Amino acid sequence: MENRPLEYDYTVAKMFMFTTIVLGIVGMLVGVILAFQLAFPSVNTFLGSGLAEFTNFSRLRPLHTDAVIFGFTLSGIFATWYYVGQRVLKVSMAESGFLMFIGKLHFVLYVIGVAAVVVSLLAGVTTSKEYAEFEWPIDIAIVIVWVLFGMSIFGLIGIRREKALYISVWYYIATFLGVAMLYLFNNMEIPTMLAASPAGESGIGAWYHSVSMYAGTNDALVQWWYGHNAVAFGFTVPIVAMIYYFLPKESGQAIYSYKLSLLSFWGLMFVYLWAGGHHLLFSTVPDWMQTMGSIFSVVLILPSWGSAINMLLTMKGEWQQVAASPLIKFMVLGSTFYMFSTLEGPIQAIKSVNAIAHFTDWIVGHVHDGVLGWVGFMIMAALYHMAPRVFKREIYSKSLMATQFWIQTLGVVLYFTSMWIAGITQGMMWRAHDEFGNLAYSFIDTVTVLHPYYTIRGIGGLLYLIGFLMFAYNIYKTMTAGRKVEESELQNASPMGA
Amino acid sequence: MDIAEIQAYGYFGLTAFLVFVLYSYIYHLYSTDKKEGGHDYENYSNIALKDDIEDTPVSTISDDKEK
Repeated sequence: MENRPLEYDYTVAKMFMFTTIVLGIVGMLVGVILAFQLAFPSVNTFLGSGLAEFTNFSRLRPLHTDAVIFGFTLSGIFATWYYVGQRVLKVSMAESGFLMFIGKLHFVLYVIGVAAVVVSLLAGVTTSKEYAEFEWPIDIAIVIVWVLFGMSIFGLIGIRREKALYISVWYYIATFLGVAMLYLFNNMEIPTMLAASPAGESGIGAWYHSVSMYAGTNDALVQWWYGHNAVAFGFTVPIVAMIYYFLPKESGQAIYSYKLSLLSFWGLMFVYLWAGGHHLLFSTVPDWMQTMGSIFSVVLILPSWGSAINMLLTMKGEWQQVAASPLIKFMVLGSTFYMFSTLEGPIQAIKSVNAIAHFTDWIVGHVHDGVLGWVGFMIMAALYHMAPRVFKREIYSKSLMATQFWIQTLGVVLYFTSMWIAGITQGMMWRAHDEFGNLAYSFIDTVTVLHPYYTIRGIGGLLYLIGFLMFAYNIYKTMTAGRKVEESELQNASPMGA
Repeated sequence: MDIAEIQAYGYFGLTAFLVFVLYSYIYHLYSTDKKEGGHDYENYSNIALKDDIEDTPVSTISDDKEK
């Protein structure tokens, strides 16, 4: 065999780039369908009443959340890890047959897990725990996939040439450890076939069914400790890992303050895990726990803004790049939406505000300005930056990317503004009462009032989906028809065709 | 002293402790920065900027073995 120079090997990164795009389309398409179902209930039977079981809101909703969290976002995390990990550790996966095998196995088992999730959720098989709907056999498969991810991370770290671990690597490690702990504890469950009823019946229910090991308030507490930290370790920590690599790299600027990045990292780690109680304000959990959830949520502004400001200041003196490059635009707006979302969340966690916001569409708006504006933008930016490097071709179209940026930005703005208005309207109407304490409105009154905002939300979501399809097309054309580029063109700013 | 008072002192104490830990860490970062035996933290940004496989690592593993 000839003596070729060592190169980074992006085989596994490419595989996960593919699932990021496919599952992104699936998750967002289902989301748009759901949005229009809420505005126009007849959409629940858009494939005819015979298939209504599979197309109604309640069957599709977990498919949307799980496809975007565990499909799109997780694939994006894996794709960027298999790219960033090699580069900042200065070691190629081609150097270790074992790690390459683990990486490919990781991908294959992940795809099998995704298929099992899609089939089981469409079939209505669910544990009924939000974002943890998978029954125990799938949970076990997911644990195996996660262990393989961990082996990849620590395996690559083990053979690295760069002694210091770059800040992004710390965030990836935290993602791995955080999700591992959360997932294991929240999914402690007993298959019903092992259970016996007080009447002495055993082997109850189908083999795949299970019940949570926790009950009542405890179950709610564990569930929201998990649910909120799924946001922390799925939507925040790994996305911060991405921006700490991709924004400095694409702009050619050193991080404004590396020390601030370390301080924010530990701040985030210490504070985030305690904030989940804010999902249970005014419920049956102990009062001090609710207060703790509120306080830690407010404190959380500091480490979140520490990272976001650090990224914006990294662009100090280089703002012409924001105007010139749509790729930088995605990251800078993503960082801005991160700041916005991490200010909005703590405000909603304040008890008096939460009394209005809880259970309303404002929460849905909050989630989506975070995931559409921050998570989605950052993952797409990461893939745009990676594409020329893994395919050795320039990005197919800069103008298409710029158009996509503005369409999606408009989509996000329509989404969260409509949900703000809808949510606050809802919250106020639910609370309104006369001097005797009789409620002023019935539920259907709110539904009637909210209809226009639900329609606007659907349109906002549709615009975002259209933008995502443009992104998928742009990446596809980059892969197949982009101009071939030399290594020397790939230093910082990504090469883009007109 | 009732439970609420104990909680209040505990809460104050914990807050003070966490503030102390936070400022100690900041002090630690700045005092070990660029010192002999410490780290040149800001230089670590170059791990991302100079990440070609032929680039010289910012701090190599083999440095340790030479010491």
